[in-house]
Amino acid sequence: MKRKDFIQLSAMGLGALVLPNFSAFGTPVDPSRFLNDGLDVKIKKQLADVALNTARSKGATYADVRIGRYLNQFVVTREARVQNIANAESFGVGIRVIANGCWGFAATNVVTKEAIAKAAERAVAVAKANSRVTTTPVQLAPQKGYGEVSWKTPIVQNAFTIPVKDKVDLLLNVNSIAMTGGANFVNSAILAINEQKYFASTDGSYIDQDIHRLFPTFTVTKIDRGSGKFETRKSLSSPVGMGYEYLTPTADNKVGGIVTRYKDRYDMLEDVKNATADVDQKLKAKSVEPGKYDLVLDPSHLWLTIHESVAHPTELDRVLGYEANYAGTSFLTLDKWKSRNFQFGSKLVNVVADKLQPGSLGAVGYDDEGVQCGKWDLIKDGVLVNYQAIRDQAHIIGLDHSQGCCYAQSWSDVQFQRMPNVSLQPGKEKLSVDDLIKNVEKGIYIIGDGSFSIDQQRYNFQFGGQTFYEIKNGKIAGMLKDVAYQANTQEFWNSCTAIADKSDYRLGGAFNDGKGQPGQSNAVSHGSSTTRFNGVNVINTARKI
Amino acid sequence: MAILKKEEAKALLQKVIAHSKADECEVSLRGEEGGNIRYARNAISTAGDIDNTTLSVTSYFGKRSGTATINEFNDAALERVVQRAEELARLAPENPEYMPLRGPADFKDSKTYVPATAAITPDTRADAVAKSIQVAKEAQLEAAGFIENTTSFSAILNSKGLFAYDTDTNVVFTITTRNSAGTGSGFAARGYNDISRLDTLSATKTAAAKANSSAGAKAIEPGKYTVILEPVAATYMLENMFRGLDARNADEGRSFMSKPGGGNRIGEQLMDDKVTIYSDPFHPDLPASTWNRDGFPLEKTAWIDKGVVKNLVYSQYWAKNKGVQPVPQPSNIIMEGGNASLEELIKSTEKGILVSRLWYIRLVDAQTLLLTGLTRDGTFYIENGEVKYPIKNLRFNESPVIMLNNVEALGKTERSISIESYRSYLIPPMKIRDFTFTSLSDAI
Repeated sequence: MKRKDFIQLSAMGLGALVLPNFSAFGTPVDPSRFLNDGLDVKIKKQLADVALNTARSKGATYADVRIGRYLNQFVVTREARVQNIANAESFGVGIRVIANGCWGFAATNVVTKEAIAKAAERAVAVAKANSRVTTTPVQLAPQKGYGEVSWKTPIVQNAFTIPVKDKVDLLLNVNSIAMTGGANFVNSAILAINEQKYFASTDGSYIDQDIHRLFPTFTVTKIDRGSGKFETRKSLSSPVGMGYEYLTPTADNKVGGIVTRYKDRYDMLEDVKNATADVDQKLKAKSVEPGKYDLVLDPSHLWLTIHESVAHPTELDRVLGYEANYAGTSFLTLDKWKSRNFQFGSKLVNVVADKLQPGSLGAVGYDDEGVQCGKWDLIKDGVLVNYQAIRDQAHIIGLDHSQGCCYAQSWSDVQFQRMPNVSLQPGKEKLSVDDLIKNVEKGIYIIGDGSFSIDQQRYNFQFGGQTFYEIKNGKIAGMLKDVAYQANTQEFWNSCTAIADKSDYRLGGAFNDGKGQPGQSNAVSHGSSTTRFNGVNVINTARKI
Repeated sequence: MAILKKEEAKALLQKVIAHSKADECEVSLRGEEGGNIRYARNAISTAGDIDNTTLSVTSYFGKRSGTATINEFNDAALERVVQRAEELARLAPENPEYMPLRGPADFKDSKTYVPATAAITPDTRADAVAKSIQVAKEAQLEAAGFIENTTSFSAILNSKGLFAYDTDTNVVFTITTRNSAGTGSGFAARGYNDISRLDTLSATKTAAAKANSSAGAKAIEPGKYTVILEPVAATYMLENMFRGLDARNADEGRSFMSKPGGGNRIGEQLMDDKVTIYSDPFHPDLPASTWNRDGFPLEKTAWIDKGVVKNLVYSQYWAKNKGVQPVPQPSNIIMEGGNASLEELIKSTEKGILVSRLWYIRLVDAQTLLLTGLTRDGTFYIENGEVKYPIKNLRFNESPVIMLNNVEALGKTERSISIESYRSYLIPPMKIRDFTFTSLSDAI
């Protein structure tokens, strides 16, 4: 799905999950077509060689080619009605070259030797045309060729093999539970994505990858007709790099507490029942008193704060100014990194980048410029130690290799630096969520992600959530509403006073993280255990119109 | 496939629809060609070219429908896409909100196509970027920018004989300039149908002036302030409200347009009487499509008239459900302004804040349309009618509905773009009292 379309669709619903007309995201197809294997890998290699050889013969000093088949299935319902079933396929070739020291890119949806050769020529022509405005030639980190290799998301059950009827039945069941429980409206959806990507480059790599993602979600709405007020509660699911097995939970996947949360697998039917009870409570909840609170943040909430305030500012393209005109730059400037003593957070804060984490949205064997993926530290004992880099940036931070952070949302978009999975490491000492709460005199326990906004250098942020519980003298004292917290990133992470141990570690994630011009979407996970931050500023968001 | 002329498009669509065996069928064509350049650190970083034409077929059997698209145009492909749409329609569940296709209507021609824009080449783009980079270098600033042009056509034909056609050209340009110390940043955004109106040199000069004058910002206490929003700031704020002008959401009780106790706010004085918002595809400064995807002709439509809610969008289904006439989704939005220039708005302000741009606006509460976001790329303190000094950026929590109740004065309406959707609007600069800032940001 393309980012700008998703923003448009999301915005139209003003918070509720809305009916998307997904036909724009590829060619609508019969779902049985998803089970075709697509082009044989031998043919892909032949086509890729046409692109590489043509590019070289036209003067490219480097070329890579991506032959991509992108499958999407979206089943969208509200109440007792199926709103949309979209099955789409997008297939084509994108060719990127360096000529005269400058990047060029061209793409075509006609996957023949002739059309690919023409696209390669066009890419070289674009590079040459732009080279007259370029003064510094592209400098790529060395990359060995891997020969012919492959990688697959380790799924148990391919979501595309599950009949559409089963997905519809599940969603209508979800909706029925909400409506029976007293909801006024419920929207639900299952979104499945399969990226079949073949990459080849003049370095001698031919990489065939099969990547799967799944996102089941719902929003329950209840209206108090008397006051005209309404409240919503979103699902506590997470988008995942998994197959349909994500929707087959066992008791081991459930995290008990004030409301059931989920680890590795998800019980949609149970969660919607809880959500319907939550919206009732939200309507009756006490409006928060603004002021300083200790915040205890569940992983279903904290993932988004990590995403915005840690993962984005450590993107090297922002640090260097490549995003200055759109997403912004970063307060984590090179001098802070070079000092090796910039205290990003308290000593408890350890953050890793990991492109291999099982079940995560960002897990791939190789990135979109043919670099084998790995894991590295970004924040070590609270200190900034590294960034996220790709081949043409590595030399700037003294690396002799790329960190494998290159991604394009489709064959028709040029690949650029995108964030890997970025996760807060669990506390090393044994510590439960109850232990975190019992030492809090005046605090708020937040579950689920909500409203979010952060400035263009990632200093000042504001986050909402799904449900908020008041903590008084170490005990949960009931639900609050109209809560948002604001902080400065560095102050916030330095106020981190406790992190639960690894038994509480869970992944959350962004299905559509936007960056770039034209905008592109990336999917990425963020893990954490429940974490406490002391003395954070909370505002009240209630207004009257 | 190149951009098709009206008669060429019609002939192709007729050929496709002749293959239909469904109860009803609608076929549409959309073609687009264009390209973009992205630059940063005073050099081009990426560039791309787009050329795509898509044929879409929607087939109906009773209340079941299916859509298939294709971008090949040989006879076999045309027949196959119709067959595929019919197969998908047979597989689909019945849609209880199905509405029959509309019959023929007269659609006036739009004024959205400008040949000079359609003639843009990669060299035109490279020249425009070279000028911008030159300005930045001369001002000893770093430029990061983006230029994108598109030429497109759309055509629709259905089995009841409705036919509509439109062509459109568009060019957008955004530029950020920053000083090497990272203490100043300026921005400008432009969007036109006509490339001859785009001056990347003067836009970059505007951004450069903002970058230089924003350096050395002082901190002020957050709180309620009179603000003057430049059009690019106001546009981004109001776009979030324009997207919510939907009758169904309002009637269902889950929108800022919901009336407490039920129904919607049509007829209610919701904003200051200086606020008038409407759509007009024939406005000479913001020409737009004269029909929409559902086959409705688009005419001038009032949304807010002197602060009173006049209309909300009613889909065909919702209109039938409520027993009213459908009100189609508009193709543009215009807010009426006053006669004052931006300078005059500043001159009339005793104490206030001039906001050049807003950033990362997100919904906090759908009930009140409370939004949060930040100022960016030039925020200045005004005292006794003069811009006194740059101030640090601020986070706001404010609803556009509350904001439009607090209008002190409106400047002259001008063409502006949303920095998130790149869509063009006609929006005035506006002076607003009691705009709520809740915290300071160190971002530059």
